[in-house]
Amino acid sequence: MLGKLSWAAIPFNEPLPLLSAAVVGIVALAVLAIITKKGWWPYLWNEWLTSVDHKRIGVMYFLLGLVMLLRGFSDAIMMRSQQAVAVGDAQGYLPPDHYNQIFSAHGTIMIFFVAMPFVVGLMNFVVPLQLGVRDVAFPVLNSVSFWLTASGALLINASLVIGNFARTGWMGYPPLSELGFSPDVGVDYYLWSLQISGVGTLLAGINMVTTILKLRAPGMTYFRMPVFCWTALAANMLIISAFPVLTATFAMLLLDRYLGMHFFTNEAGGNQMMYVNLFWAWGHPEVYILILPAFGVFSEVIATFSGKALFGYRSMVLATLAICVLSFMVWLHHFFTMGAGANVNAFFGIMSMIIAVPTGVKVFNWLFTLFHGSVRFTASVLWSIGFIVTFVIGGMTGVLLAIPPVDFVLHNSAFLVAHFHNVIIGGVVFGAMAGYNYWFPKAFGFTLDERLGKASFWCWLIGFYLAFTPLYVLGLMGMTRRLQHISDTSWQPLLLVAELGAVVIMLGILFQIAQLYVSIRTRDSRRDLTGDPWNGRTLEWATTSPPPAYNFAVMPEVEAIDAFWEMKRTGTAGIPPTYEAIEMPRNSPTGFVTAFFAVMIGFALIWQIWWMAEVGVLGAAVTALVFGWSENREFEIPADEVARRERAQLA
Amino acid sequence: MQQRRFSGSALHPTAASRRSGLRRLSACAALLLASCHQTGVLDPQGPIASQELLLLINTTEIMLVVVVPVILMALGFAWWYRSSNARAYHTTGLSYEGSIEFVVWSIPALVVILLAGVTWIGAHQLDPRAPIPVGAKPLRVDVVALDWKWLFIYPDQGIAAVNQLVIPAGTPVNFRLTSATVMNSFFVPQLGSQIYTMGGMTTHLNLLADRPGDYPGFSANFSGDGFSDMRFTAKAVAAGDFDGWVAKVRGAGSALDDPGYAELAKPSHAVPPATYRSVDPKLFDHIVEQTTQPAAQRAGG
Repeated sequence: MLGKLSWAAIPFNEPLPLLSAAVVGIVALAVLAIITKKGWWPYLWNEWLTSVDHKRIGVMYFLLGLVMLLRGFSDAIMMRSQQAVAVGDAQGYLPPDHYNQIFSAHGTIMIFFVAMPFVVGLMNFVVPLQLGVRDVAFPVLNSVSFWLTASGALLINASLVIGNFARTGWMGYPPLSELGFSPDVGVDYYLWSLQISGVGTLLAGINMVTTILKLRAPGMTYFRMPVFCWTALAANMLIISAFPVLTATFAMLLLDRYLGMHFFTNEAGGNQMMYVNLFWAWGHPEVYILILPAFGVFSEVIATFSGKALFGYRSMVLATLAICVLSFMVWLHHFFTMGAGANVNAFFGIMSMIIAVPTGVKVFNWLFTLFHGSVRFTASVLWSIGFIVTFVIGGMTGVLLAIPPVDFVLHNSAFLVAHFHNVIIGGVVFGAMAGYNYWFPKAFGFTLDERLGKASFWCWLIGFYLAFTPLYVLGLMGMTRRLQHISDTSWQPLLLVAELGAVVIMLGILFQIAQLYVSIRTRDSRRDLTGDPWNGRTLEWATTSPPPAYNFAVMPEVEAIDAFWEMKRTGTAGIPPTYEAIEMPRNSPTGFVTAFFAVMIGFALIWQIWWMAEVGVLGAAVTALVFGWSENREFEIPADEVARRERAQLA
Repeated sequence: MQQRRFSGSALHPTAASRRSGLRRLSACAALLLASCHQTGVLDPQGPIASQELLLLINTTEIMLVVVVPVILMALGFAWWYRSSNARAYHTTGLSYEGSIEFVVWSIPALVVILLAGVTWIGAHQLDPRAPIPVGAKPLRVDVVALDWKWLFIYPDQGIAAVNQLVIPAGTPVNFRLTSATVMNSFFVPQLGSQIYTMGGMTTHLNLLADRPGDYPGFSANFSGDGFSDMRFTAKAVAAGDFDGWVAKVRGAGSALDDPGYAELAKPSHAVPPATYRSVDPKLFDHIVEQTTQPAAQRAGG
């Protein structure tokens, strides 16, 4: 009846996961109780959960990333404390069984449920506004994408209390992830949550590419698009090309595990090297799916706050597209130590270095955007300058690791761990935070507190260097990654410094929470009434903050790069236009209902509860059919209603 | 030699630090490194490891030539062109300048061309498969990753050892490696290159220890619960001592026969070093061909 599920799945003998789950459960119940007591359910359901507005969906993506950041960071600080104390003969407080789940969950969560929701959320919110359009190409599909990502996140968190998570590392390399070596449900949680969220990400990518290619304001030619839209286009083309590879790879591993096939097993002709190749054929483009939109954020932030157009726009576009193409030709640098020949290793090493050329060009162009500018030091700018300084160091260590003989001694070491945190924290997280501070007033109509925002930045920056400089050194001293305990006691001082760094980053996160709280409390004094709090350059600043559901009452006419700057310069901004009726998509529970069934299918397959999986598939199919046959999907806002709303906004 | 160079700049950081930002930065890095005692990759004990460290240092220096000025420019430009600085020249123009574009594409391109040459040569010279060109006849060692320990088979000597790799200093060692379990990576940082061990497959590696000494080795690819203790000592001894060790091993302990191997292959943690006086010379091939017991299963995962 319940497949493999029994009371034994609840880890009663492990206090830590149960305790943390209890805390999460209590907080969740408290939130639900407050919502019920205040009678917010109709608002929440109508305005958010069923919303197909790209701005609301973007905000929900970002919020999902923030919540999961707390989970992923708890894992991080547990790992750092374990390694700081489990030195010499000490075993620390986390046995291997538990520690191995934690680092696997940390990597999986941070990549798929923190970094991805951050960048997808920013793209969702910003791209249609920057293109001067009213929504993405497929609004309901957009909602489905988000809810599928949330389903994956929910399943991964369920593994905390029901069963366990994978103990294979976040890459899930076979044969360790095969049934023979990982017989419990941990790897199944990993695979199914990523399969479900992967479908969501693929659909989001298709949606965003279609939006950018097919929906742009009149006059918005490709070479007038803001650079953020270019990076979003490149990132989403990468999603469309790379995510099916991951889905197919995981499907093969699932066939091994569920139907006894031998794609990647040790025996019967299975080939584990194929998994590693396929995983990184997705994995390396994934790195650029994350970093390209972050590059876009920095381009917008640096140009806006320097009061200058971005230097070398065409170079930036060219560099973005070059990175997009090259990112598919470098995957082998993740495993030079597999034993490929010197020609193969050298080819992939050199291809990897070539990516440093367009990346270097981008850095120089940002520098020359600052050059002769009038730089205003907002929190977004601090994140951006911090990014440039940190990222070039991460880029340098990346090129080092791209040299096969150097990688032979640094592969899988703490040096590698330091390198990819250097580029992911210094690049993606800093980019997400720069974008968050920059676009928050657009999303909510009031600015974030600058002082707390800057405090958060300094804690993150200092914490990052404290946490990861020691890891660079430890890697050179011969420390490999994923050690549950450490035999060499001379490494302990550096591990303690790294632990301190994690604590300083935690302060940064606390300041971020404080910033949000204080800003909401004082929102009346920090309203953005102009819609253009930063003296912006692109179209998102041409509408009100927050924008109406339809974004622009009248489609903007674009005549140059930095369309809104041009409007302000020529004085065409703010002239009252003649309003016309606007057709808008209706809210739809399709996404939410699909997610409900997706969670049901995922949970059922993990625990092999076949009847429940059948119900879930049936429910999902019916949901799709009901949506497909519904006719009343759009409604019209009459012209005088639009005019009334617009005048009310301007008054 | 590299080692001396490294600690040299670490010992005199004050003299170097006054001259330029570049020197100061590398001195800081060296100081940081020197503050912890030099082990692992920083303390090479063989030609492979030495060349790899040299490559690491040289390429870092090449890149610092660009990276340090970029960092200083980022901080300097942002600070000097702050909007409140009346002495700076501010403009809203300057969004394109052909000569600057040419330079910003050229600088990274030139650095990468240089590094690409270094990479191509380095990848070929330090190919793990390539024999080490010294006079002595290489010692053959077959390496098997087990749950969670290392088995070293000396096919020419007919002996085997667990979690203890004894090799003669000055003699190249020619490794064949495989795994009887999941993927692992065989790594002795002070001797140089690591390489994966994978079930049903053989990888190749050539290393050499210059001097006698004990060099820590371990698995550098996560392989499950016992991974942290999957450590061994690579013990380089003088050539004569190696023959003595072989004789001693032959004269004591048990033979590694089929039942003995089946017992050894069972998952176990933190296994103390042990030796076998004899071993089936075909054992490594049987493991690669997967014609030995046990099957690739791990009791209870």
